[in-house]
Amino acid sequence: MVNDQSFSPPDPQEVSRSALPEEIPAGAPKMRARDVSVFYGAKKAVDEVSIDIHTEYVTAFIGPSGCGKSTFLRAFNRMNDTIGSARVEGCIELDGEDIYKSRMDVVQLRARVGMVFQKPNPFPKSIYENVAYGPRIHGLAQGKQELDQVVERSLRRAGLWEEVKDRLEDTGTALSGGQQQRLCIARAIAVDPEVILMDEPASALDPIATAKIEELIDELRGRYAIVIVTHSMQQAARVSQRTAFFHLGRIVEYGETSQIFTTPREERTKDYITGRYG
Amino acid sequence: MTSPVPSEPALQHVAPTRTDAFARRLKQRYRAERHFRLAGLSAIVFSVAVLVFLLFNMTVNGIGGFQRTVLEVPIDLSQAQLMLPAGVDDEVAVVRSLQEQGLSEIVTAATRQALGEDAAAQLGIDAWRTIGEDVANDPALLGTRATYQLPVTDSLSSAFAGEGSADLQPLARALATHGVLHEAFDPGFLARSDATDSQTVGIWSALKGSLLTMAVTLALAFPIGVLAALYLEEYAPRNRWTDIIEVSINNLAAVPSIIFGLLGLAVFLAIFPNMRSAPLIGGMTLALMTMPVIVISGRNAIKAVPPSIRDGALAIGASHIQVVFHHVLPLALPGILTGTIIGMARALGETAPLLMIGMRAFVATPPHGFTDPATALPVQIFLWSDEVDRGFVERTSAAIIVLLGVLLLMNALAIYLRNKFEKRW
Repeated sequence: MVNDQSFSPPDPQEVSRSALPEEIPAGAPKMRARDVSVFYGAKKAVDEVSIDIHTEYVTAFIGPSGCGKSTFLRAFNRMNDTIGSARVEGCIELDGEDIYKSRMDVVQLRARVGMVFQKPNPFPKSIYENVAYGPRIHGLAQGKQELDQVVERSLRRAGLWEEVKDRLEDTGTALSGGQQQRLCIARAIAVDPEVILMDEPASALDPIATAKIEELIDELRGRYAIVIVTHSMQQAARVSQRTAFFHLGRIVEYGETSQIFTTPREERTKDYITGRYG
Repeated sequence: MTSPVPSEPALQHVAPTRTDAFARRLKQRYRAERHFRLAGLSAIVFSVAVLVFLLFNMTVNGIGGFQRTVLEVPIDLSQAQLMLPAGVDDEVAVVRSLQEQGLSEIVTAATRQALGEDAAAQLGIDAWRTIGEDVANDPALLGTRATYQLPVTDSLSSAFAGEGSADLQPLARALATHGVLHEAFDPGFLARSDATDSQTVGIWSALKGSLLTMAVTLALAFPIGVLAALYLEEYAPRNRWTDIIEVSINNLAAVPSIIFGLLGLAVFLAIFPNMRSAPLIGGMTLALMTMPVIVISGRNAIKAVPPSIRDGALAIGASHIQVVFHHVLPLALPGILTGTIIGMARALGETAPLLMIGMRAFVATPPHGFTDPATALPVQIFLWSDEVDRGFVERTSAAIIVLLGVLLLMNALAIYLRNKFEKRW
């Protein structure tokens, strides 16, 4: 399942990309980060990172704790805005539009770039309300019937429909951890985003629930551009096609997942993957 | 591997957790825990004992306040040729008409005839009103002979209890042995208003004054307090000004209540000079006192909302105000309500500021609106406790029971609301 190269690389009219490895297929990326630095006060958590995110494959960020991968992920939907001391420099584009400098509204941005968190965080409302919340605040569904359809479609895509269809009015927090996380994914895809950011989505789950989430990520690939931050290298190897290895706020190596895990170019990547530190 | 202590090779190695010293320390640890639990338990027992003593004392003293001494007098109203006013069904109007037709004299005469001159002289001045109200509720009484329970004077009531002037005690004993003078439950205590005679006072005007005042307090303090808490927690930039405001609000919560009374007197009564004693002014003054409590508890409740819920809502594109009203406020509501009820309970028991703004007047008719002169329960208790008459001692205790009852109801409501809105996350 790794190294699934069945998709065709779109037209290679990309700009020069000295910082990026050559093997990356050069289509128009969904999101593009250039020289992005994130500061917490005076501390530089992410140091001039550049990367392209494509819809065609899942991108994984791996690296030791505190390497800035989650912080970098949160720059993609401006969740760092909620932290008073955080400051982002550089440029992140969504479909060629700078999400920080242009007039793009942050509410609209987050509707287009959804996020799933490390700890499942369903709202303390019913399962139905959890999924319906996004479409409702954005006015995406006209009338109850359409909303019902959106909820069902989202829950089906998240692989949760069969388990909860008879108890949509139960509170979302009463589900098991893995179900809660799939509910959060259903909640994120209910507004039909273009990108889904996942911040260690399975780190709080048991192996079976983790396997379900990974399966789900594989099914969602191609429909949404997916970026996943993970501690588990096995997980990165299983679900992603591109992997970026972060260390001390920088991308040490970025390439095809199979290449990163089998023939890493950098010594530090090799050390991390073989478990020498991390 | 050799023994770690080579000088004592014969000594067998014992694990440190299996020595006598360890066992001693373990015992000590358990003893410390026992002592701590005992101390905690005695604190609880002491508090409960004090509470039980207070409630018991209040009940024993106050139960008499819900009773009054009555004289049973048979009166045949069919002889009196009283007429009901035509086309009037207002109780007050009927009673006034009966008074004009001489009901008072009829009652006195009937008492004189049945029980003698001395007994008639000791009828409460409002005794006829009891009959008037009965007749207004049941006009059929006009044509029959019935026995009425009429209130007596303070003096006879005292004499019946074996106190007060010695002159009346023989009369009281004589009437009591005939079974016509006794204590009777007095439901009217909850429905009547303040009076000069302890046998005819009631708590209703004070209770209604308190309720009106609380309504004003709640209507002002709750929205202002919650909005202030929300703004400070959610929107205010973290800077020196916010710190100053925060410290000021905390200080405001600690200001003695009489200061708020002075403020109400100096500011509110200066703006509305003709609203002295009005629940509106009282409520505004108490709202000043309650608001900081709501702000502080509200901020704590808002702080306690897990950030993950906020993040979840923000991440699907909820705007800040949607996060606040859809997620933060519902989750913080139980805490805010608890704080509000605590603040309201404190305001309900507050006397000093109300004295300052004139809510200590003698109020014989219940206030009809927010701008009528009124008094409040704690003030009424304070005023009655000042009276020398023996009857007022019991009435004071009874009023305290009513006040505690209202407080208990409010706390029960707080617990109910908290459980109703509490959600797991």
